[in-house]
Amino acid sequence: MERATYIFDRVYLKGTGTSVGPLEKQGPLGAYFDRDYENNYCGEKNWEAAERRLLSDAIILAVVNSGFKMDEVELIIAGDLINQNVISNYAMRDFDTPFLGMYGACSTSMQTLLTGSMFINSGMFNNIVVASSSHNSTAERQFRYPTEYGGQKPPTMTFTVTGAGAALISSKPSSIKITAATIGRVIDAKQKNPNDMGSAMAPAASDTLIRHFRDLNITPDYYDMIVTGDLSKIGSQVLLDIMNYENYSIDKLHHDCGKMIYSEDQKVFAGGSGCACCAVVTYGYIKHLLETDQIKRALVVATGALLNPMMTLQKETIPCIAHAVAFEKCEVKS
Amino acid sequence: MNKNYTEIIKQNAVKPRYLRNSIVAFVTGGLVGIVGQGLSDLYRYVFNLDKNNANSLMTVTLIIITAITTGLGIYDSYGQFAGAGAFIPVTGFANSMTSAALESRSEGVTLGIAANMFKLAGSVIVFGVVSAFVLGTIRYLFFH
Repeated sequence: MERATYIFDRVYLKGTGTSVGPLEKQGPLGAYFDRDYENNYCGEKNWEAAERRLLSDAIILAVVNSGFKMDEVELIIAGDLINQNVISNYAMRDFDTPFLGMYGACSTSMQTLLTGSMFINSGMFNNIVVASSSHNSTAERQFRYPTEYGGQKPPTMTFTVTGAGAALISSKPSSIKITAATIGRVIDAKQKNPNDMGSAMAPAASDTLIRHFRDLNITPDYYDMIVTGDLSKIGSQVLLDIMNYENYSIDKLHHDCGKMIYSEDQKVFAGGSGCACCAVVTYGYIKHLLETDQIKRALVVATGALLNPMMTLQKETIPCIAHAVAFEKCEVKS
Repeated sequence: MNKNYTEIIKQNAVKPRYLRNSIVAFVTGGLVGIVGQGLSDLYRYVFNLDKNNANSLMTVTLIIITAITTGLGIYDSYGQFAGAGAFIPVTGFANSMTSAALESRSEGVTLGIAANMFKLAGSVIVFGVVSAFVLGTIRYLFFH
């Protein structure tokens, strides 16, 4: 099997920024987010403008929290779920920084991070901001039904996270090093139900995980924590079963951002999803765990279902992808 | 991809709660019917409207109640609970139009609200008209 994992020797996570909606703030990880809004409009006049606000917030917070100035950032790489990446593209009107837009559905958070890490490791860039955003109402209206539509949603459905997460990565050392990344392949598990994306994405997550372990010649317990993006309750169990079947058990190490971000009593069906789900949990909570030495090594696998409603109606199955990035706590060398 | 993965996905599949959903839909949908009948009787016997007018006004009342509760963000929660009981009666039709209109208002009155209002309800109207035409033709030809 061809190699898909790349090792970095000079990429560091300097700082992060997260901005979320009210439901995410009320969730169990609420304390780890930098900014939150009382309602989903975020002080704007429509949902798309609200999501742009969240994304801009996250980028600015990441730069400020890193102790950098905006003009020291050489490149912004960002993406979202909305057609033509309009949230990122339009939000960038307010920034003078060179920009690359990316789409990887809900895998965008790690897709932008691994791309930025490669740019830095190549020596061509020193400071890059990577970001991704999603908003429950913008995603809902594009991928599903109007938000106030009363159709009954099945328990397998996920709930798009409202928020945005950004990270400033740099060649200058910090306490968290980005050590490796695995680029995913498009995996089609022949699933057709757009209301159960977790099951469709789990095989993509397992494919990336197994390739990561094989390429680096490590076992899952090399990491203190293996975090998937938004497989939710059902998809997570599918992933664990597949990993056990492949003799790479991750039962004790696995966590899922979609399950972590909301509590059991919040009505979110199978859990959270969306570009922001993995972004805010990784850049808010996982970063905190690394910084405070609660864990030393974490592998984050962001999963994305690469569908759109038109393809679903044309009876196509759902292609999925997963990208993995490894984080490691390190001593800062002066 | 390994074929056994499909089997693993199948094993973890969550079945919809058919029995629970059917019972709740029967009760809630039935309640809408009872409320409708009550309203119809009210208009007919208290306000002395004739049968056709009373029924029309009953439908309009249910539609207005749905539109307002949709706007207040209540109907979608009720829909999640009631399922087909909220979706099948005229209230479901009203909700699909109001929610689509609400959602599209940021794109303007004509190309936003007016153009998108029937996004979900449009198919109901199309099949309603088509089936009325077919049944009407059959009735005219064979039972006239």
